[in-house]
Amino acid sequence: MDIERALQTFIVESRELLAAMDDALLGIEHTQDLAESVNAIFRAAHTIKGSASLFSLDYIVAFTHVLESVLDAAREGSVKISGELVPLLLSCGDHIGALIDAVEAGQLEADEAMLQLGAPLLERLRAYLHATPLPVTLPATVRSVDSLAVDNDCWHISLRFGRDVLKNRMDPLSFIRHLGKLGTITGIVTLPDAIPPAEEMDPESCYLGFEIAFNSEIDKAAIENAFEFVRDDCALQILPPKSRISEYIRLIEELPEEPAQLGEILVKCGTLTAQELDAGLEQQSRVASGNLIGAILLEQGAVPPAVLEAALAKQHQVRALSVQDARSLRVDADKLDRLINLVGELIIAAASVDLIARRTRNVELQERNSTLSDLVEQVRDNALQLRMVKIGATFSRLKRVVYDVARELGKDIELQISGEDTELDKTVVEKIGDPLMHLVRNAIDHGIGAHDVRAGRGKPARGTVALNAYHDSGSIVIQVSDDGAGLNRDKILAKAVERGLVEPGRNLSDAEICDLVFEPGFSTAEQVTNLSGRGVGMDVVKRNITALRGSVGIASQAGQGTTVTVRLPLTLAIINGFQVGVGNTVFVVPMDMIEECIALSLEDGQEFTNLRGQVLPLIRLHALFDVEGGVGSRQGIVVIKHAGRRTGLVVDALLGEFQTVIKPLSKIFSSVKCISGSTILGSGEVALILDAPALVRQAVMRDTERSGPAARGSDLAGLVPVAA
Amino acid sequence: MTATQHCNGAPLVVYIEGEMTIYRAAELKQTLLTPIAEGAVLEFDLSRVTELDSAGVQLLMLAKRTAQAKQSELRLVAHSPAVLDVIGLLNLGSYFGDAPVSRPRAA
Repeated sequence: MDIERALQTFIVESRELLAAMDDALLGIEHTQDLAESVNAIFRAAHTIKGSASLFSLDYIVAFTHVLESVLDAAREGSVKISGELVPLLLSCGDHIGALIDAVEAGQLEADEAMLQLGAPLLERLRAYLHATPLPVTLPATVRSVDSLAVDNDCWHISLRFGRDVLKNRMDPLSFIRHLGKLGTITGIVTLPDAIPPAEEMDPESCYLGFEIAFNSEIDKAAIENAFEFVRDDCALQILPPKSRISEYIRLIEELPEEPAQLGEILVKCGTLTAQELDAGLEQQSRVASGNLIGAILLEQGAVPPAVLEAALAKQHQVRALSVQDARSLRVDADKLDRLINLVGELIIAAASVDLIARRTRNVELQERNSTLSDLVEQVRDNALQLRMVKIGATFSRLKRVVYDVARELGKDIELQISGEDTELDKTVVEKIGDPLMHLVRNAIDHGIGAHDVRAGRGKPARGTVALNAYHDSGSIVIQVSDDGAGLNRDKILAKAVERGLVEPGRNLSDAEICDLVFEPGFSTAEQVTNLSGRGVGMDVVKRNITALRGSVGIASQAGQGTTVTVRLPLTLAIINGFQVGVGNTVFVVPMDMIEECIALSLEDGQEFTNLRGQVLPLIRLHALFDVEGGVGSRQGIVVIKHAGRRTGLVVDALLGEFQTVIKPLSKIFSSVKCISGSTILGSGEVALILDAPALVRQAVMRDTERSGPAARGSDLAGLVPVAA
Repeated sequence: MTATQHCNGAPLVVYIEGEMTIYRAAELKQTLLTPIAEGAVLEFDLSRVTELDSAGVQLLMLAKRTAQAKQSELRLVAHSPAVLDVIGLLNLGSYFGDAPVSRPRAA
């Protein structure tokens, strides 16, 4: 098997498990089903431990083992997961996460720094553990499998090392140490009996044997693997927990030492109790008298005894649960990207076929081609759907941020989440995490005041931060809101004037003032905390979101709270576009932004029109982009909508819908406004994609500059909607 | 590795230094077993043992057994951390321990 890939899977799975663990921990105080939450946390730790041992990541195993023991105690109810234990367990999760990160970075051995980080956590974990080692709990049914089963939860391992082990540069001690890391050695007896008298003893030969009682949840194969390097050089016998006494008796018979002495050794190990040994010996004597030989042979033939099967079944069960529904499939993101690229090429090729079909005026060809285009469109939608993920996971991660920040600041914060099923492109999800985290931190640190301040304003002591997501005309909208004091308009304005961002005495609207917080280096926090207030933050948030072709806005009501709204395009790769002709050039408007198209004749210089009684600002693309070629005789207006505002684009021709593969513009054009990308038309020509949000903003800006001139009513007669 | 004898009826103390490993096993066997004489009282001072492996362990066990057979008394004293670690790991405390030896001594 390819170890490297298996390791990657381990890393990915571990992170998912840690996230699940975090989730369960954070929800534990409100959970309906406490037992299930505790189980989920336990399973996560257990599975990580099990997988880590497969890769011999002993330090992860060692750390996780202690954690698992505490969680097991919690499962049994002897430890309660609440209060101080929750942050401790969260920190443990973080520590394991750090260890996994190190593994990903190629570090497969523990280093001093890691151990030092882990040590205090272990110390605190152990405080929850009583001296008793972790008992392996098997389903109750196992007990009834064989009434003569030994009442013990330990594996029994019988080890006799070969003479040449030491000469082969292998030290039996290191194997036992390794075993100790895979579980708990509850009892061990070192057997010197094979050492010959002093004169005959070769100091370089190995004569040692060990009887070990071993408590662990790993399976037999894993125990055998621990001795893999000496397998040819040692006699290894493993008995599963709760084996039948007859199995132990058989073991005793097969070992080289005296049966009576061995029996005592097993008792000493803690594997058998004295009574069990007696019962076994009695049974043995009955066998010797001949009555039950057949039965004993049958037992010997039952190679995986029922007990072992039960133990294995339990392991599988745990594993199956952690994998959740195995109905989903893990696919490389690269493969998906390649698929999307190919679909993009397919769309361009189909568009060019479509063009030729129309040019040849072959009706049959056009018909077939329209079926083909239909299919291509479905393929596109499905391919894009593959990349869509729910935003819920990102929101869940923010739960942890809220918890940590609230603790650090001593605030009582409740996080309300809605719309977690809203889907968006995976690349967007990955990039939106950091900006959202910033916004949430800001909301807690700046937005929500301290207990006494809130109480003074008649608000509940517990502050609320709400996350919401929904789809709106081709974008996903994510809102982060708090019920705090709201932005302090005067303070922001004063600060902006102080920084020279705004001329003194200028009259700004509330929205403009709110937008000032996105200016670089802007912070009104009186106290700089280590969370926020250093003035780096909101501008970075804005930059990150703009880089995703998104926008961010802030709305605040004094005393009521603040809402930050982030809008992002649903996908970054392929969109439905609407082609418009301006002069000799073709532009593409994202279909999702378009509300309707209307045809009308306009006077030159007219900048507004009346759309069913509402003012519609107009932007003449011909003038805006200074396009060559004459203005068409039948101009049209494409009404686009973004963030609740409408703008009409005046174009020379409406050319129809077409699938658009977004090709990024090179960096040289990064300063060009109102253009978000380019695409290739069926004819092979390049068309520019209009940046609808930027155009709307442009119209709004012009609108405010001229402070709302009245629309001229005389032109309205020509308004005829042509498409919805 | 030095063996220093304290006369005047005090136990013979053998100071063992450095590693007790397979690499020095032959030498160790001499050092550990030679001083064991009929009826003597012997102490192995392990304070300067830096490393102990299986070869060292089985030699110590052999020495203990040999001493018992010769009715002499062998005590391990001043265990270094390395020694304590191994004795703890293998649960050999009672084997070497000063507690009365389980096997009956011939009178």
